[in-house]
Amino acid sequence: MELAAVILVDGLIYAGWLFIVSVGLTLVFGVLNILNIAHGSLYAIGAYAGASLVGVYLAWGGDAYPYGSYLALILAAVLVAVVVGPILERGLLRHFYGRDEVLNVLVTYAVFLMLEDLMKLIWGVNPYFVYEPYTLLGDVEIGPLFYVGYDFAVIGLAILVGLVVWLSINRTRMGKVVLAVIHDPDMSRAMGVNVPRIYMGAFIAGVFLAALGGAMTAPMISVTPGLGVNVIIIAFAVVIIGGLGSIEGAAIGALMVGLARAASVHLLPEAELFIIYLVMAAVLLWRPEGLFAKAQARKI
Amino acid sequence: MSPALLIGGAVAAAALLLAGAVVLPDWAMFLTTMALAKGLVSLGIVAMMRGGLVSFGQGLYYCVGAYVAAAVTDATGVSDIVLVTALAVLATGVVGALFGPLLATYRGIFFAMLSLALSMVLYGTLAKIPAIGGTDGLNVASPTFLGWAPEGRALQTGLYLYVAAVVVIVGAVMRIYFDSERGLITLAVRENELRVEYLGASTRNAMAWNYVFAAMLGGFGGATAALALGHVDPEFAFWTTSGEFVFIAILAGWISVPAVFVGAIILELVRSFSNLYFPNTWQIFLGGFLLAVIFLLPDGLGSLARNTLRRLRRRTKA
Repeated sequence: MELAAVILVDGLIYAGWLFIVSVGLTLVFGVLNILNIAHGSLYAIGAYAGASLVGVYLAWGGDAYPYGSYLALILAAVLVAVVVGPILERGLLRHFYGRDEVLNVLVTYAVFLMLEDLMKLIWGVNPYFVYEPYTLLGDVEIGPLFYVGYDFAVIGLAILVGLVVWLSINRTRMGKVVLAVIHDPDMSRAMGVNVPRIYMGAFIAGVFLAALGGAMTAPMISVTPGLGVNVIIIAFAVVIIGGLGSIEGAAIGALMVGLARAASVHLLPEAELFIIYLVMAAVLLWRPEGLFAKAQARKI
Repeated sequence: MSPALLIGGAVAAAALLLAGAVVLPDWAMFLTTMALAKGLVSLGIVAMMRGGLVSFGQGLYYCVGAYVAAAVTDATGVSDIVLVTALAVLATGVVGALFGPLLATYRGIFFAMLSLALSMVLYGTLAKIPAIGGTDGLNVASPTFLGWAPEGRALQTGLYLYVAAVVVIVGAVMRIYFDSERGLITLAVRENELRVEYLGASTRNAMAWNYVFAAMLGGFGGATAALALGHVDPEFAFWTTSGEFVFIAILAGWISVPAVFVGAIILELVRSFSNLYFPNTWQIFLGGFLLAVIFLLPDGLGSLARNTLRRLRRRTKA
């Protein structure tokens, strides 16, 4: 019973993290039809930016108001989004709209390679540590178990992010326009929608979510080069399981992967590394386009 | 392609590679051996790419081939290169035949992701099994050649010549395959899959065979790379390794077989030199290079040769 509770809590914490990291990926795919390998690099840039900004904040006398470091983390994600997002979207990706999906994967793979080294140029190869925000929220006691409060804040943030993204797509005027663009960009353009602006906005939102995931993770780890390499594949698994472009799917995918990994860590540690991909392969075998994918007509 | 052109091309390639055995210094010979081995893996990706499928998990077969080579030399003491690579090809052929019919129904991004997932499952498994070295991997004994057990430069040359011979033979066979009925069906699938089915051809069958051939090429490349390096580790199945093979395939394009090996050699050269001189920025160069190829040469290096040939022909006619 206690083991089940441990698996559940660990799984939920991991699922929350997974959802924040992957929801931007599915959003960008849904609107732009680009499966962005560079999402992993954007995550890593967010982590570096978060670690740097919190470091600056604390060095400039933020010690007096330690909770401000959370604002610094969010500000870091915003900065990454408004700087890197437009450069990538306007400078490169807009040339590839409507092209083959696999070609777009390769384009973003090239971006991924370049960003990996760019990060080494900017931040060097030594690790960054910012543990202050992690310890700030104290511990949480569940029965005989102790958890770090920050981990539960991650779950809360995941729920908040999910709600905001879902509501802004399904319950606002802007969201309806975005849905129209997803459904038929040409017709939307004919109806007077500024489609390039929607694309840019969606991409910047995706970059923000990736960077937010990284910034939020920075206090939990040591930020080192190569951070994005593993994250991107895990995020792929989550969004593919849920069905590309589906926000609900990403949530379900994150829960499945999170719980599966937590179960594996406690019951079968040998499988920890590949359980995620096993779940992904199993789902794809059963439902080739993921759980929440929309049916599409075959075109001659 | 006409038989005369095919034979002429194969002879020219063989002569060029043979000359390499004499003139290449040690480092360049090792580099070329690795490039040719990787080129064979990428040739498999090109075979699938002709049908519009790009596998982001070819490291799976590269890794299986490499571990089979390590296991065979370690467990049985057999080190004959022909036998070892043949066993690796057999093993990857079997694995490919298991997954091929299944993956043959997937298209586009889902094929790429499922193949990637399979290779990452292998990576995760190997990394967690201490009996076969875990993340450290295994050492592989030097190969022998039909009883001949060379060392130093002779060993290098033997490996190089063996891979070169296989490249020439397999390259010619794949050219014939590409121009065969199934090869042309594969090309047609990329243009319009549904029409191909309406015309009565089985696209699934063509894709499954391409997949199995690609698996066997991957196994051969992996076994050879393992023998040349003397070491295998789970990184062989990691997705960045698979990404490298895709890189070579995109650089080469779907038109020409020799372009695949030219692409592989270019990648190895770029990597070695920039690793030496710009250890922290060479991926920027690599990524920029990939983007340039996608922008300027969407059909890859192979299209350069084709376009030059066409221009020459037009000029001779005029």
